[in-house]
Amino acid sequence: MSWETVIGLETHVQLSTKTKLFSRASTAFGKSPNTNVNLVDCGLPGVLPSVNKEAFYKAIRFGMAVGAQINQTSIFDRKNYFYADLPKGYQITQMDLPIVLGGSIEITSDNSVKTINITRAHLEEDAGKSIHDQFDGYSAIDLNRAGTPLLEIVSEPEISNAKEAVAYMKAMHQLVTYLDVSDGNMAQGSLRCDANVSIRKKGASKLGTRAEIKNINSFKFIEKAINYEVKRQIKILESGEKVVQETRLYDSAKDETRPMRSKEFANDYRYFPEPDLLPVVISDQEMKEIKDNFPELPKDKEVRYEKDFKLSSYDSKILASSKSMADFFEDAAEKTKNFSLLANWMIGEISAFLNKDVIEIHESQLTPNNIAMLINRIDDHTISGKIGKSIFEEMCSTGESPDQIIESQGLRQLSDDGEIEKLINSVIKDNSKQVAAYLDGKEKLFGFFVGQVMKLTEGKANPKTVNKILKEKLKK
Amino acid sequence: MTIQFKSITELRMLLDQKSISTSELTQESLKLVKKYKELNCFVTMNEDVSSKKANVIDQNKKTGSMLSGIPLAQKDLFCTEGLRTTCSSKILSNFIPPYTATAVKKLEDAGSITIGKTNMDEFAMGSSNETSYFGNVHNPWKKGYVPGGSSGGSAAAVAAGIVPAATGTDTGGSIRQPAAHCGITGLKPTYGRISRWGMIAFASSLDQAGSLARTAEDCAILLNTMSGHDLKDTTSLDVAVPNFLENLNNPIKGLKIGIIKEFNLSDLESEIQSRFQDSKKLYEKLGAEFVEISLPNISASVPTYYSIAPAECSSNLSRFDGVRFGHRAENTEDLNDLYIKSRSEGFGDEVKRRILIGTYALSAGYYDAYYKKAQQVRRLIKNDFDHAFKSVDLLMTPTSPNTAFAFGSKGTQNPVELYLEDLFTISSNLAGLPAISVPHGKVNSLPVGLQLIGNFLREDQLLNAAHIFQENSDFHLAKPTMEDFS
Repeated sequence: MSWETVIGLETHVQLSTKTKLFSRASTAFGKSPNTNVNLVDCGLPGVLPSVNKEAFYKAIRFGMAVGAQINQTSIFDRKNYFYADLPKGYQITQMDLPIVLGGSIEITSDNSVKTINITRAHLEEDAGKSIHDQFDGYSAIDLNRAGTPLLEIVSEPEISNAKEAVAYMKAMHQLVTYLDVSDGNMAQGSLRCDANVSIRKKGASKLGTRAEIKNINSFKFIEKAINYEVKRQIKILESGEKVVQETRLYDSAKDETRPMRSKEFANDYRYFPEPDLLPVVISDQEMKEIKDNFPELPKDKEVRYEKDFKLSSYDSKILASSKSMADFFEDAAEKTKNFSLLANWMIGEISAFLNKDVIEIHESQLTPNNIAMLINRIDDHTISGKIGKSIFEEMCSTGESPDQIIESQGLRQLSDDGEIEKLINSVIKDNSKQVAAYLDGKEKLFGFFVGQVMKLTEGKANPKTVNKILKEKLKK
Repeated sequence: MTIQFKSITELRMLLDQKSISTSELTQESLKLVKKYKELNCFVTMNEDVSSKKANVIDQNKKTGSMLSGIPLAQKDLFCTEGLRTTCSSKILSNFIPPYTATAVKKLEDAGSITIGKTNMDEFAMGSSNETSYFGNVHNPWKKGYVPGGSSGGSAAAVAAGIVPAATGTDTGGSIRQPAAHCGITGLKPTYGRISRWGMIAFASSLDQAGSLARTAEDCAILLNTMSGHDLKDTTSLDVAVPNFLENLNNPIKGLKIGIIKEFNLSDLESEIQSRFQDSKKLYEKLGAEFVEISLPNISASVPTYYSIAPAECSSNLSRFDGVRFGHRAENTEDLNDLYIKSRSEGFGDEVKRRILIGTYALSAGYYDAYYKKAQQVRRLIKNDFDHAFKSVDLLMTPTSPNTAFAFGSKGTQNPVELYLEDLFTISSNLAGLPAISVPHGKVNSLPVGLQLIGNFLREDQLLNAAHIFQENSDFHLAKPTMEDFS
């Protein structure tokens, strides 16, 4: 029997505001537990939420980018449930009137383009974190994350397989980072999703019973979790049983999904309008300001790169695909004239290094200044491309500037004709057998002589000069 | 010199004339607390801090504000930094807040001295102060009788003359009803007039801070200081605060006062009716005109209130879970057990009852029938008031359908009996309107109160009418003998 998969994703995007959604505490990641916490965040008696408008602007920017309807009046609701890391015993969220309604996002999967519609996106506050394995016999609560603004983006059930789901999340990642709505850091939980997965007989119109896989936080896991879940559901249906509607967790260590304990989700959330907040109204003037300051999106960047930097469309597309790479490129391009060499390095060496270490460029030791300096040193023949690569490795590990490395290690390229000629003379003198063979017609040996010169200069001799002088010498 | 039963205005004069120092005044006030300990109107005292502050004020030669050096008592649901704040509940019996409520902070910044925190119904849920974890408060007029609630401790402390005024909060009548039962003046301002920051929430959309004092004039002084927009409370109103003392003495000739048709006063005890008719006559003598006016939906106030207030309370009180502060049960199995035991041990019966009612009213399948319907009715009630205020300046009702009653005599079998105490007061909370209760005589030697309800943000009109009433009567000057308590 032939089955088809139907997936809808709920994406949680942590908005990159400086302070929390309803308090003035910092949202900085990685601080020691319970330091980014004020009276409001720990839900002390008598405290009240106050609104951080920056979060609304970011949500609206997202809405505009996906062509959604923006609700300029925001009303909040309380979602009531008890959990130790939910300080107030309720989460402030938007139930009936989400700030973003509708819209769509374009994804590319298996070389074809598909449009996925967005149902809605609403603002809500994040909960804190429970830590169960650090104190014997106790659970610990870290409220640093409590109150961090989230935009929950709900897609229509229009995603057909795990690859499309990954493509959707990648498109989402690109969009939210480009819009400066979020830092998109999946490892830190800034971008994560719940996947609603169901299967049905091919061609059937009615949706199958779905399972919701909670809190997936990497592209790899999205693919694996969905693939596992689809197989599991097919197996159940083919054996004549029924899929249970439930919430499941993906365990990456075992590569499987399994049900969450029923206690963790069997809740009547008793939603009702948040009486501590008046409706938040975004004025037409504010809407205009958001529109007027709209950030450049990848497609516009591609066109601009081809025009301004004379890059190929292929290079432009790759560079523009990631906001952090594009920003880095543009910053470096201000300090060098050889844009194509810079682009080559960005797409080649730098990307390879980042992929190998699995880090983002802003997390590395590299700076646009240093990379521009490196390109300039290659461009003005201070060093060769090959030395450039070893300097680059040094830069990656120490963060030193190319000039510092060139100076401290004496890597300046040897271009002085007289100096090189002397070296060549000694190579010819020391290798008279090979010289004879070369003159006999064994022209392959030319490389050997170049190698010897390089060896003597530890690779610093300008290869062009070496070639030129060597050719002249060997003619004689 | 005795300072007992003196108003803020009188104490101000004594201080300014140097007839008494701030320290002496504070010590006298603290002495009275001890003398009338049996009243049980204080939960926690602030002796050291208030004595020190009084000394500082005495040493500072500069003339302060109207409230400088005036001892006040704060209802124990206003958070006070470093001073235990319990809401008269076991669950907060060990809670010392790290911050001070805006309303209290403004009073303290103006130089007033918080001598202690007053007893109340647990989490402000009750109309008799009998739900307090810290025991009943006696009505200064009659031992063994309730002072009303929920601001019962504040009302009793003012009525006994221990402090000239105290803060209170009013969600359904919790300032006005105890003021009426204790023979003092109580003002509930417009919803949003005073910041709720630091006021431990019962029902967010109804809770309003206000004052209990000996005179309307003193209420105006306190309102001047407590009012104003607060960035920390988005529901506080961003409007200019007038000087409420300015219009107190305006003549009230031609003032139009509405009598609400739907409140069938003939059902009330005849003596209570008589007091009401007497006050009406006094106002007529002073030039006011009375009209009967219909508020067709006002009879739905009590059920509407008892759907909305418990719903909000059920959510507001979720944070009392034993995890971060307050009472935590011992020997618990797991997180759920910790919640169940901490909350079962920490909350009293009335609070539990309202959490249950509210949880039910918000549950899936019942939300539309209860909470949502109640909000729709609330809107209708508000519209009724809007309509009424097109033709009248104020509305007048008795504050409470009866006088103070004996401990344990009401609501123990049937809680609804006690809920009806709030019949006349609840609708102004639903509509967010200002209202005041002034004493207007006694029935069976217990005080009764007269309620005036004003239009949105028109506390000036309310205070003006109440002040003129007090200028032309002496009900507010009556004092309990206190002989049963000394």
